[in-house]
Order: sequence, then C-alpha cells, then structure tokens
Amino acid sequence: MSNAAENAKLYGYLASFDLVDEFLAAAAKVRDAGYTRWDAHSPFVIHGLDAAMGVKKTVLPYIVFLAGLTGAAAGILLQWWTNAVDYPFLISGKPLFSLPANIPVAFETTILFAAVSALIGMLALNRLPQLYHPLFTNRSFKRVTDDRFFISIEAEDPLFDATKTRELLESISGRSIEEIEVHP
Amino acid sequence: MSATYTNAHSYLDNTGDDPAVRAKLVVGDNDFHSVTEKVCGVVERPQPKIWWVVFAISSSLTLVLLATIAYLITTGIGVWGLMVPVGWGYAIVNFVFWVGIGHAGTLISAILFLLRQRWRTSINRFAEGMTIIAVVCAGIFPGIHVGRVWVAYWMAPIPNQMSMWPNFRSPLLWDVFAVGTYATVSLLFWYMGMIPDLATLRDRAKTKIRFYAYGILSLGWRSSNRHWHRFEFAYLLLAALATPLVLSVHSVVSFDFAVSIMPGWHTTIFPPYFVAGAIFSGFAMVVTLVIPVRKIYGLEEIITARHLENMAKIMLATSMMVGFAYSTEFFVAWYSGNTYEAFTFMNRAFGPYAWAYWTMVTCNVLVPQFFWFKRFRTKTVLLWIASVLINVGMWFERFVIVVSSLSRDYLPTSWGYYRPSIIDILTFLGSFGLFFTLFLLFIRFLPIVGLAEVKGVMPQAHLDRPGHRGHGDYHGDIGGAEVLS
Repeated sequence: MSNAAENAKLYGYLASFDLVDEFLAAAAKVRDAGYTRWDAHSPFVIHGLDAAMGVKKTVLPYIVFLAGLTGAAAGILLQWWTNAVDYPFLISGKPLFSLPANIPVAFETTILFAAVSALIGMLALNRLPQLYHPLFTNRSFKRVTDDRFFISIEAEDPLFDATKTRELLESISGRSIEEIEVHP
Repeated sequence: MSATYTNAHSYLDNTGDDPAVRAKLVVGDNDFHSVTEKVCGVVERPQPKIWWVVFAISSSLTLVLLATIAYLITTGIGVWGLMVPVGWGYAIVNFVFWVGIGHAGTLISAILFLLRQRWRTSINRFAEGMTIIAVVCAGIFPGIHVGRVWVAYWMAPIPNQMSMWPNFRSPLLWDVFAVGTYATVSLLFWYMGMIPDLATLRDRAKTKIRFYAYGILSLGWRSSNRHWHRFEFAYLLLAALATPLVLSVHSVVSFDFAVSIMPGWHTTIFPPYFVAGAIFSGFAMVVTLVIPVRKIYGLEEIITARHLENMAKIMLATSMMVGFAYSTEFFVAWYSGNTYEAFTFMNRAFGPYAWAYWTMVTCNVLVPQFFWFKRFRTKTVLLWIASVLINVGMWFERFVIVVSSLSRDYLPTSWGYYRPSIIDILTFLGSFGLFFTLFLLFIRFLPIVGLAEVKGVMPQAHLDRPGHRGHGDYHGDIGGAEVLS
C-alpha cells in the first residue's frame, strides 16, 4: 500500500466548476497564466471555450479534402481501368469511358473516402481510442459526462509548480483542488 | 410547480410562434443532470412490459423473414409473384420504400445542422438510428432479388475467376455504390455523434459488463475541449458531406427507373421527386416511432410538442412537393404529345391499378392537408394516425410507379396484371419485424437522445448575464477575464 503511494507520480491538478460562465472565465485565466499542457473538460461543446483556451484551428479539413480528392481519383480510375482497359465490352454502343456515366460512382467514392477520413482523422488527432487515462482514476471526474465542468493542469507543464499552480486553481475555482496520480 | 399553470399539461406546450420569444427546446424544470437521468434511464431501467410484447411480435416476424428468404433461396425466384411483363415487384417496391424511410435521419442530422435548426438535437439520434435500420431492411431486397444470392458479390468490383468487372455504365451499379456509401456514412455519423453519450453511459455504469462494453465503444472519451474542438469540426465536415450524399442516394435510386425507356419512368423529374418523397416518408416514420416512444419512456419534456409540430410542417411541405410532382407528371404526359406517356398516366389513374393510385393520392396529398391546422399538428393521436397513413401512401407510391408502368407498356399483347404471392407479402411483413426488432434493441442498449447536443441548446449552457443572454457566443470579458485574446 505505502509502496504504491510512493511510486505514484503526480499527473496534475483537477479543479471543478458548476456554471458555464465561471468555467469560461477560469479557462481564460489559466490561458493567460501561460500554461500550455492543460485542458478543459465539459459534458458538451461550449462555444467560446476554444477562444478562452487559445486552441488553434485543427488541420482536419485539409486531411478530409485530400481524402476526398483521393476518393474522386480512385472512383474515376477504377471505372476507367475496369471498363475501358482491363475488360472492355461494348453495351448499346456506349463509349467505354465517358465522364457523365462515371460521375455518380466517382461522387460516391469521393464522399466515402472523405467521410471515413473525417472520423478516423478526428480520432487520430485526438489520440483516441485511449481506454486508460489518469483522469479516469478520479471519482468526481465521472460527472464530466453529466453536469460538471473541469480544468486539469498537467505536472508536465513547464510552468507547473506544486504550490503556485494549486493556488492559481484554488483562486479561480473557489473549491479544493484534487490531485491526480499516475499509477506506475 | 403545477399550481403555476392553468392545466397539468400546459407547461409542455412550447409551440408558440411569437418571434420575440425564443421557444424552449427542453421544457419543464430540467437541468443537465435531469436530462442525463431521463435519457440514460431508458437504457438503465428494466424495460416496460410493452417493450417485451412488441419485441416478441417483431422477433417472431423476423423469423418469418428468415424463413421466407430461406425458401426463396432454396427454391428460386418463382416463389414470388413476378411474371412477364412485371419483372420488378414487391422486392423493388420494398427496397425503394425502406431506402426512402432511411432518409430522415441524415436529413435531420446533416441538413438541419447546416441550417442551424437547433430543435434537431432532441430527435437526431433517434432518426439516425431509424435510418441505419431502414437501410439494413432496404439492402436485403436487391440482395435476394438477384436470384442466385451466392453470386451477389458480382455487384462489387472484386477480381474474380472470370476476369470480369461490373458494368459501371449501369444505374443499377451506381445504386450499389450510392446505397453502400450511404449506409457507411450514416453509420459513421451516427456512431461519432454517439461517442460522448456512450461515455456518459460508461461513467454511470453499475455493472462490470456495462462499464467495459460502453468503455470500449466510447473509445476513452474524456470530454476534453481539445477533443471537442476536432469533434465539432469532424461533425461539421460529415454534415457537409452527408448533405449532398443524402440528396444523391434517392436521385440514384430514381435513375434505376429514369434511365430506362419505360413510359412513366423515363422522366427528368424523377430525382427531385424521389428525394422529396423520401424525406416525406422518412419524417412520417420518425413521427410514427417517436410518439409512442416519448410517451412510454416519459421523454415529453425533451422531445417536445414543438418537435412534433415542426416535423408535421416538414411533412406538409414535402407532401406538397410530392403532390406537385404527381400533377407535373400528368401535365408533361399531355404536353409532350407522347401517346405512350399519356396512356401510362391515364392508365395509372383509371386503369386496373387505379385503387393503388387513389390510395396513394389520398394518403400522400389529402391527409397531410390537415397539417395546415395547428390542432392537427399538436394533437399527438391525430398526428400519429396521419403519419401511419403517409407511410402506407408512400409504399403505394412505389407500387404504382413500379407495377403500373411495367404491367402495361408499349405492346398490348404483352400486358399483364401483377399479383403478389403469399411469400411476397410475408417477406414484406417480415422486413417490418426486422425493422422493429433492431429498433427495440437500439432503444434498449444505446442512448436514443443526443445528450451532449441537447445540453448545448439548454438555457443553462449559455451565459446568464445582461448583455450576454441568449445566443451562446461570448464577446469580450466575463467575470473580469478577457475571454477573447
């Protein structure tokens, strides 16, 4: 027991909030204090929180755009190769390859590739799935998917200081701050 | 609480149309936690008796479906009522019917999302679930209609022992890609939107099995705002991709007909006409399902009278579009001067299938006219009956299109009268069994309301200070902190 406690390393601090506006103001203060390895957790998307946290716009749209182009090219090439090159056969005198007849399938593959990349890209950029996370060891954190808002600051943050960070979080949340440990 | 109101139900009424009053989308005395309780309770509490009764009936009907399919495969397509000249019967009618129903979910989640219709949040998950299940039911029919189902893989561009490829110049193959893409993208969209709610179920889990099952399904979602940021972008992109997709699917289905030279099918009006019909039937099915579900599970404060009223308005609008298409077809048949086309439409309205035609017109064009009146849009019993009639009418629409054209085309010597066999009818009923079985399992195991999205449109999600009321965006400072840097 005591051995485990000694081996436990600090992951960071966790502060909780009940109201959206307290939470937004708190996030802005943590951002202004200069922290970089921290996060805000909420049960739903809060508009304005990205600005309050200083989150940069994601590159996801570019990934999806490229995937869509790939899908379009794949759809066209597939139809051209299969019907005009590898196994040409004439039906009702129609041309072996003509764009109008090949648009519907190319359109569908464009959407398919782009949509799959949107989901997979989102998960990959978020480093999900990640079934274990130190925050999950905290019981009160379970309410983050229900009605509570949290801010976590990681011990890995260059500005992290056991006392100063705690004081900052206490001053903005007005509640006791919880320590999150990384169990070895 | 109830003393404040003149009668017990008036607090549920949020159907006012005063533009100065922002309608509440969650009524009653709810906060974030009570919404979580209500929605998760559907999955966590034992199911009511009615669930078991309907499940028993629908799973039995599913067995009927499996039995009729087994009989079809072991015996041959002759067990159906197909004949010359009607080579497309119930199977294609049912396919188009189910795919059409499968349009409401993605319409609600994608198009209404892009149009900033915030009321979509209470019903989108429900409608998306219905969409996936309807597409599953739809997919069965062309699959078994090919006759030799063991070579159904010929529809896909898979290298094979004959070194042959599918013919990409055929609309039937476009359909394979359209429906396949639609099923995949709808599933992705549905699942992605569900990840945060699955995490809610994980965090509330009381048993190990639930904890691990929802834990794995929710992929370790920890509600991080850095994650939400990309999640929202992915959702927006999927909505933008699904919008043209949903319009393309029924357009491509209509190409199956329009690209042929059959009178009554060979018209350019088909794509928009089919899409309007699909949205119409999809909303009707959502209404048919949501009215009993909200009542049985006590979700009236979340899926409110306003939601039902809005859906009734969309049904009215799409009914008018469909009715307009019916009359345009007649006009074009006359104006084109094409005798075959003119004959086909006279034959539809006054020929041997006139009974089906007038059932269609009554259910699809006349019944929705009641939705001009508010009392019909807000009385759930009347709305429910109307929605069932619309479902019936939309099935008959596809029956009329498929059967009346085929049974009397160019050559009177090859005319015929199509009658479904008992196997046709049982297969169709069986598909309803599969639909309801899967739907009940969805209710039983997955969150049927998008919790994270509903919470986002509740008043508590927005700043409650002078100058910041209402629209949920923050400009400048709150509580002394400069939020926008």
